[in-house]
Amino acid sequence: MGLEEKIPQGVLLTTVEGIFGWMRQASFWPATFGLACCAIEMMTYGAPRFDAGRWGQEVFRASPRQADLMIISGRVSQKMAPVLRQVYDQMPEPKWVMAMGVCASSGGMFNNYAIVQGGDHIVPVDMYVPGCPPRPDMLIDAMFKLRKEIVMKRPIGAHELAEIEAQEQAALEAMATHEMKGLMR
Amino acid sequence: MTDDKLPGEAKTVDEPVEGAGSAPKAGLEREDAQPDEATELSEAVDQAVTYAEGPHAIETRTGMWSSGSGDTSGYGRIVRVVEMPSQPLPSDGWYAGVTARLDELVPDALVRVVFDRGELTFYVAREKLSQVMGQLRDDAHLRFEFLPSVSGVNYPTDEGAELHVVYHLQSMTHNRRLRVETSCPDDDPHVPSVVAIYPAADWHERETYDMFGIVFDGHPHLTRILMPDDWVGHPQRKDYPLGGIPVEYKGAVVPPPDQRRSYR
Repeated sequence: MGLEEKIPQGVLLTTVEGIFGWMRQASFWPATFGLACCAIEMMTYGAPRFDAGRWGQEVFRASPRQADLMIISGRVSQKMAPVLRQVYDQMPEPKWVMAMGVCASSGGMFNNYAIVQGGDHIVPVDMYVPGCPPRPDMLIDAMFKLRKEIVMKRPIGAHELAEIEAQEQAALEAMATHEMKGLMR
Repeated sequence: MTDDKLPGEAKTVDEPVEGAGSAPKAGLEREDAQPDEATELSEAVDQAVTYAEGPHAIETRTGMWSSGSGDTSGYGRIVRVVEMPSQPLPSDGWYAGVTARLDELVPDALVRVVFDRGELTFYVAREKLSQVMGQLRDDAHLRFEFLPSVSGVNYPTDEGAELHVVYHLQSMTHNRRLRVETSCPDDDPHVPSVVAIYPAADWHERETYDMFGIVFDGHPHLTRILMPDDWVGHPQRKDYPLGGIPVEYKGAVVPPPDQRRSYR
């Protein structure tokens, strides 16, 4: 890749990681993926009253190739699921996914044949925002948390490779979801 | 297109407008809209009718919940009749005239006429559907040019007519609304398509096919529109399950809505 992949672990890598993280969260462009009612709140989030341009998010990129973030805003139907996956696949790394609203998080009020019970059945989700629809204030809060805690802390280079290894190991040893009982987080 | 004019009909849209005196009268929007429907068309009303009238019961349901529930609300003894309500056609208004006119143009097409709360519904045999829709659109007295919706209904207990197709029609010239309904049995779910007469029916018929499985013969491209193309089953039929997954909470599982309690 680039020069940053070759930096040895240590203070230099951590500093560069910090710079990369800061730049990524400062200019964090979402892709337009408004599906249903949550899309209205997402539009309001970008509109003047709850201006997302204050932190560099006023450009919702129409092309996923230029986007960092996919906000799944709205219910994902069975027909839309392959499209969602395709748009996610077209986004270049590093990319993040925010499931906005209850329908994108878990199927919401629609527990039926037509709606996929959560966007995380199709794409890996980094931030879940509850609400039907979540107020733009809630979306702002979720976006800030996503930026500060997840985007800014994304590892690069050797750290990234180590983290991928650790995640794979954890996934191999993890308990199956249907075996987890009594959890409500 | 026949050139015969009904008594009282002065001109059609093709003939030139004369002058100030021929401006449309109050309440009329077009030349071929007749000002006094009731008297001109009422001559045909007195003939014997071939269609059924009056309420038509389809199913009687007792109790709100199926047996086996611990329900003590008292709704368990309710008796409800699923029926087509009907009142006799009123003597004033356009209803009798339009019914008679359609009966005259396409004889033996109407199976039943339902009038309820100001809304007129024609039940038509599916073999005559194209003719009926054509006449409803083209005839000067009917002129139902606008088809806002085509939908389907599934009555599993209505033997021989399990799947109904409902067409809502609107006449802009006469400011009227009409409903036309056909039915087809489950083992032969074919209805002629009205796309050639009302192009707006295109996607509506695709949706009705997708949700009910009614095949519209003559439709240019009858494919699924709401569900994915390779979906099996027709979701809005009564025997199609709601589908849904149980939701797990701490120490409790909430089953999907159609398995919590069988509602009738």
